Parts: sequence; structure tokens; C-alpha cells
Amino acid sequence: MLIIGEKINSSRKDIKEMVENKNKNFIQELARQQVEGGAEMLDLNIGTIRKGEPESMRWLVETVQEAVKVPLCIDSPNYAAIQAGLEVYDANRGEPLINSVTAERERLELILPLVKKYQCSVVALTMSEKGIPQDAKERLEIAHQLIKKLTAEGIPLESIYIDPLTLPVSTNIQSANIVLETLRGIKDSYPGVKTIIGLSNISYGLPQRRLINQAFVVLALANGLEAAILDSTDQRIMALIKSTNLLLGKDEFCKQYLQAFREGRL
Amino acid sequence: MVELKELDEALFRGEVSKVKELTRLALQEGIDPKEILEQGLIKGMAVVGEKFKSNEIFLPEVLLASQAMHGGLEILQPLLVKSAVRAKGKVVIGTAKGDLHDIGKNLVAMMLKGGGFEVVDLGIDVSAEKFLKAVQEHEADIVGISALLTTTMIGMGEVVTVLEEAGLREKVRVMIGGAPVTQEFAEEIGADGYAPDAASAVDKASELMKSLGRE
Repeated sequence: MLIIGEKINSSRKDIKEMVENKNKNFIQELARQQVEGGAEMLDLNIGTIRKGEPESMRWLVETVQEAVKVPLCIDSPNYAAIQAGLEVYDANRGEPLINSVTAERERLELILPLVKKYQCSVVALTMSEKGIPQDAKERLEIAHQLIKKLTAEGIPLESIYIDPLTLPVSTNIQSANIVLETLRGIKDSYPGVKTIIGLSNISYGLPQRRLINQAFVVLALANGLEAAILDSTDQRIMALIKSTNLLLGKDEFCKQYLQAFREGRL
Repeated sequence: MVELKELDEALFRGEVSKVKELTRLALQEGIDPKEILEQGLIKGMAVVGEKFKSNEIFLPEVLLASQAMHGGLEILQPLLVKSAVRAKGKVVIGTAKGDLHDIGKNLVAMMLKGGGFEVVDLGIDVSAEKFLKAVQEHEADIVGISALLTTTMIGMGEVVTVLEEAGLREKVRVMIGGAPVTQEFAEEIGADGYAPDAASAVDKASELMKSLGRE
């Protein structure tokens, strides 16, 4: 499972301030902590910075690259910000991940050329002009459309990450079930395509959010999840992922589990 | 004898059938619908708003309380209309064009209803033209716009512009909110008010009604 660190996200007020003030030390420390916790990629999301998002994204990519070696996930609905980030991205650290396209035609047409030009992987959200479907069936329908469109443009199946869109369980008690059903459906139809979720949204609006996130990651893994944007500094979540992978038969000779044990990470 | 305090407590606990029952009982006992509304439902929702703001209760509890409020309101509405009790004001609300995030907008709509306002909810992804049409059609006092994305925030300014072009800007107040929205941004686009959360939105709406001289 690909672990993507979620913390460099400007929806958190302190992060927003640090990016706006270009506080290099703070951002680099946050990047290091997440990689140290087990992140194999870092998500960069500055969607709440309105003025000069492209410029901020460029600074952020450069700043984070200086501190850690992992590839980056450029997370923005804004085409210009994605491009600015990719322009300074160091391709030696591995394929960047663009987050995200949707079945909305305009967004797809703007971002697709970037995916091709910079040879990125891409997150595709199961939503369209009509919004986010209420049930798994329609989300799967959109996933099919997106996969068809992206592969027709020459993007390899394994570079496509389908995100079934996690909405808070606090506003719809079926939110998790819908995601799990969509994950299963995608893996059934397209074993080669990858699946991804932003984990923490599930617990929005509830106390002790970590507990819900922890339970959800286990369920999602058991239903075909292959990548998640999450808090890699939460040791419990990381240990749960290790032990769940083990139980799902994905950790030959329990190697990774035992290594984590020896490193004191369980 | 029904105590209206019981009603607002039942509302706070989200007990839909109890709220309905107490509302009916209060009416049978001849309590003025306006008083039931103000001392029972509105007061109850105000407590819900406060406790939510201070993290003592959580989102699902607010949703449940709001259902309970609707239960009571359904019974009161026809009587309130008959006795010509007017809402505090009429608010047309929706998310900005291109924005599909509606949790915040729904909360504000609920709290406004709970605060005695009439709310016309236009839903998600509402264009400036649609806001304008709704303002004209419903003779709204206030337009409420919500956005979660910086890319959709721009749509808020467009609403202000179309209201100006239609010559309605003096007659209606515009209030905005959402994660990336700030007071500074509100001033920049010429909106009249900004509220950081659903409970404050009710205060802000009341303040705007006052500024219109329509309280």
C-alpha cells in the first residue's frame, strides 16, 4: 500500500500561515516527520491559498524536495498550480502523482496534457458535472468512463488511481459503505488500475477522529485499497496497516511486520 | 401544562416525536404559536448552535436536532401563516458556482431556520444568474453564498456584480462563508458580511436585517 502523507495541507490554519510566510524550516520539518513516520510520498495541497497558488506551489515543491527524497503528490483542482509544481519537480525521485482529474470535461481537458507531458500518475475522482453520486453504482459508472478516457489518451492502467470519494460518515451514515462497495467494484472490473482514498475525511465532524480513521483504513484495505492520503505520523494507523497487510497475505514471511517490530514501530 | 423549556430540551436531544407531541400539546393548551416558536424551537436551536460551536455536541447531533425542529415547525407553520407572524427575514442560500461542498451551507440554512428566518435553499453549484432570479422571485432580504474552494470563491463576487447590474444591490444584503473565506475577502468583493461558523451566521443575518431597517 502506498502511504501518502496528508499534512502539508493549507486547510489547516497554521500550515496556511507557514506557506504564506514561506517558512522553510517549518515546512521541511513537517515533510521530514511524515517521511520518518512511513510516508512514501507527500501530498501538497494549498487549495485554500487564493492569491498566487501557482507561485506558492512552486515554492512548496522546491522546499519539500530539498528536505526529503520521496516523490510528491501535487494536489489541486487548479491547472496553473499543478503546472507550476511540475515545472520544478525533480523527475529523479520518481513519478509524481497529480491529484486530481474528474469526469468534468473542462478540468479533464486542461490537466490531461500535463499528465502526459510530465509522465505522471493521476488520481481520478468519481464525480462529474452533476456532482458526487449518492451510490456506488453510479460512482463505478463514472470510474469506467474515466478509465476508458484516460487509457484512450495513452495513460497506462497502473498509473491511474481511482478515488471513490470519501464523504463524512457524520452527515451520511452510509458514506463508508459506499466507498467500500466502490473499491470492490473497481478491483473486480479492473485489477490493473489502482485505488486511492483520502482517509481522514470520513471522520469529519466527530470526536476522536483517529479512531474512526484507524478502523476505516483496515476496512478499506480489506476491500481493495492500494493507496491512501493519511497521517503517517499516527503510529497506530501505520501499525494497523502493517498488521492488516499481513493478514491479507500481502507480506511474505511477515517480513515487513517483523521489520517494523524491530524498528519499534508497532 | 406544557413547559416550553421541555420543548427546547427535547429539541436539543433530537427527539423528533417528542418535539411534535409537545408542540401539539402546547397548541391544545392555547399557547400562542409565536411563543412556541420563539421560546421552544428557536431557543432550542440557539443552544444547539452554541454547544456545536464549543465542541460539546457534534455534527450528527446538530442534524438530528434540526430534524426535530422541522417536526415542530411543520405543525406550527400553517398557524403562523394564519396569524400573520412574519419570519425575521428571507434568505436565499446556496454554494458558489462549481462548488459541490454543502455541509457548511446546510448547517447555516438549518441554523437560520432555527433562528426564525425563512430560508430558500438553492442547493449546490448555483450560478450568479440563478441567485439573482431567486432574489427577484422570492423578494429576499439576504443572499448567503458558501464556497470551500479557492477556485469557486470567485463566483461570490459575480453574485455581487449581477445584483448591482440588476439595480438590486441596495435592497439586498450579501453574506458569505466557507473555509477559505475571510472578512478581508468579503470586503474585497463588496459583500456585506462574513461569518466564520453556522451559529455566528444567524447573528450576522440579524445584524444585516437591522442595517436594512427591516428587523
